[in-house]
Amino acid sequence: MSTTSVLLVGVGGQGTILAGDVLAKVAAASGLDVKLSEVHGMSQRGGSVDTMVRFGDRVYSPVVSRGEVDHLAAFEIIEAARWLQYLRPGGRLLVDRRTIAPLGVLTGALPLPVGVEAALFGEDAVFIDAEPLACRAGSPRSANVVLLGALSAGLPFAVETWRDVIAGRVPPKTADENLAAFDLGRKACLEGGGV
Amino acid sequence: MLDRTLLSGNEAVARGAWEAGAEVGLGYPGTPSTEVLEAFAKMPGVRAEWSPNEKVALEVAAGVSLGGARSLVTMKHVGLNVAADPLFTLAYTGVTGGLVLLVADDPGMHSSQNEQDTRNYAAFARVPLLEPADSQEALEFTRRAFEISERFDTPVIVRSTIRISHSKGLVELGEGVEQARAAYESRPAKYVMLPGNAKKRRVDLDLRLDALTEYAEDLDLNRMEMVETSLGVICAGVTYEYVREALPDASVLKLAQLYPLPERLIREFASRVERLAVVEELDPYLTSNMRRMGLAMEEPPLPRMGEYTPRMIAEAFGAAPLPLREAFEDLPPRPPMLCPGCPHRGVFYLLREMGAVVTGDIGCYTLGALPPLSTMDSCVCMGASIGMAHGLELAGGAGDRPVVAVIGDSTFAHSGLTGLMNAVYNGSRTTTVILDNRITAMTGHQDNPFTGRTLMGEPAPEMDVEAVCRGLGVEQVTVIDPLNLKRTKRALREAIEHDGPSVVVARRPCALLVKNDKPPMAVKTDECTACGVCIGLGCPALSKARSGKAVIDATLCVGCAQCAAVCGYRAIAVGAPACEAGETL
Repeated sequence: MSTTSVLLVGVGGQGTILAGDVLAKVAAASGLDVKLSEVHGMSQRGGSVDTMVRFGDRVYSPVVSRGEVDHLAAFEIIEAARWLQYLRPGGRLLVDRRTIAPLGVLTGALPLPVGVEAALFGEDAVFIDAEPLACRAGSPRSANVVLLGALSAGLPFAVETWRDVIAGRVPPKTADENLAAFDLGRKACLEGGGV
Repeated sequence: MLDRTLLSGNEAVARGAWEAGAEVGLGYPGTPSTEVLEAFAKMPGVRAEWSPNEKVALEVAAGVSLGGARSLVTMKHVGLNVAADPLFTLAYTGVTGGLVLLVADDPGMHSSQNEQDTRNYAAFARVPLLEPADSQEALEFTRRAFEISERFDTPVIVRSTIRISHSKGLVELGEGVEQARAAYESRPAKYVMLPGNAKKRRVDLDLRLDALTEYAEDLDLNRMEMVETSLGVICAGVTYEYVREALPDASVLKLAQLYPLPERLIREFASRVERLAVVEELDPYLTSNMRRMGLAMEEPPLPRMGEYTPRMIAEAFGAAPLPLREAFEDLPPRPPMLCPGCPHRGVFYLLREMGAVVTGDIGCYTLGALPPLSTMDSCVCMGASIGMAHGLELAGGAGDRPVVAVIGDSTFAHSGLTGLMNAVYNGSRTTTVILDNRITAMTGHQDNPFTGRTLMGEPAPEMDVEAVCRGLGVEQVTVIDPLNLKRTKRALREAIEHDGPSVVVARRPCALLVKNDKPPMAVKTDECTACGVCIGLGCPALSKARSGKAVIDATLCVGCAQCAAVCGYRAIAVGAPACEAGETL
């Protein structure tokens, strides 16, 4: 298969790195070549973060450019807007509705952008409220796996592969809640445009 | 399908060193290199050590090599500036046990103060350099680097970039081999670089480079991929992956050994294609070498700074730009920030209040430069803060404003000691604040001489920094808990007023290291006057409501109470735990 590019974006600490790692392992377990690229370091401290995952028969570059991404999963709505240019025309956009105000907004120096949700709605985005679903699954910490479940609904991998990789990747004590979170996210996405 | 494992470039380098029989790993943390040594430390039967700085790491490796064992030394690009002194002469002495340096460059400065192209260092120091293009090659090239090191009697650099180090790919693992070690033998003509010996080794060095050039000509890792001959591209490292994707029809000469270069191979490739081009991130290293060789080539319009992408390369060779969505305008930027409960926050708050000119240093606390704290006047390199504060004093100071150097614990151990020694020796009045959060935090919590633990997890003596400062001759040394703002303010004032060099050690573990059991703080809305003082702390848990009054996010607050300490109206107090916080807001 030709190369598929997925971009996961969010705020440092939201678990995009774990989500990207799971996706890369699912692609590898499905017999595909895969590359993942992430930038950490300063961005860990509450900054904007991105993880790129690419899979196919033979993947060369670990990074993608603006206009090339097939699936953009945003763990936060301002980050969805920030990275939207990366999504190719006709690409799939998945957005967690939650807003995390950047420091400039918290201090009142900058306004919170208005109209982002409406603009993204026009981009045919699937919206998810991951945190309530994660809470229902057992812990708000599994919001990243809810998003992964929703992302999985548009990717060509078997549910069992996802479940095996997630169970092997998260702390054993949290496996059940993470698998429940995955199922809820996937279901929410399959049942018509999110929650 | 072969069994393959998903590894980052950094993990693959560690694995390659272990497979090559490296027994010792040394380094200093630095993005994007840090995880190499952390991964190496987990390999069976090895010894891995964080060194206080890269120079010490390379010198220890030189000793390991002298003793006949193989070692890996890891650092980021700027770390090689620190380790350059031993490197340039180790090129003369050569090695006994194989010695490989992993140096990770950061094009685009994701987490660095400058861009450097380590390929220049290889040519400058006359040390061979290999550059892998993915995780598989990171493993293989590291193994090969140890063979080259011992066969040609030289240290070898494996150069990585952030997109190799922090990208993951599938890797076939090999088996580890044990290296036999010869009995120790004194060889002063090889290892004592008095001028008489060095002059002979200088001649040997050039002979070795001739042999390494011949080796590169036939090196199986340098690869010609002939597709169409209308365009031929020379490239290396991750740029190869970009070129392969952007220009699938082009023929490619993929170089693995970047120094010394295989000139015959390059000429042969040039003769087989109609148009020749070089694509390389950062400095025109290959380009200028090819100019020197008199080869005619195209120079695609690509920048000499920052990172490339496949798309940039495709467009530089004539592809039409992709259709893009309209960009959102005026999105608030989201820079990194000091965490809730960070013990550095209050110190910067007080220094700002005192109008201090702050010479800064490298670490999480460099974020004190960002608004709303905005309390840093300089940040140049590891350890620069103390020397620059003294220099500012020599230049007449900053008017009425006090000058204060701030430096973290790990950075102080790295290269702050000599700056402080200098301040004492030369009669400076410099005030230094050592922000001692008991860890090397920014790179992801590595141990250092302050922490009482080694990379192998063994207990270690904790550096007694007060005794060290006094031993250097600093008479005024105060230790404070930076969460106690009153006490901290007094200590800072006394230190600044002291007629001589002074040190304030602000000691409190990184907020991410301590298990938090404190309840969150809450704002008493009736008493809040919307003065905005607490907002000036720049805490992610604190924000301004539409009314201008402060609001505390109970899920983020760790109860450090610095906001309550700065509030002049006693409007902030301990609140309810996060799960009940809804009721208190």
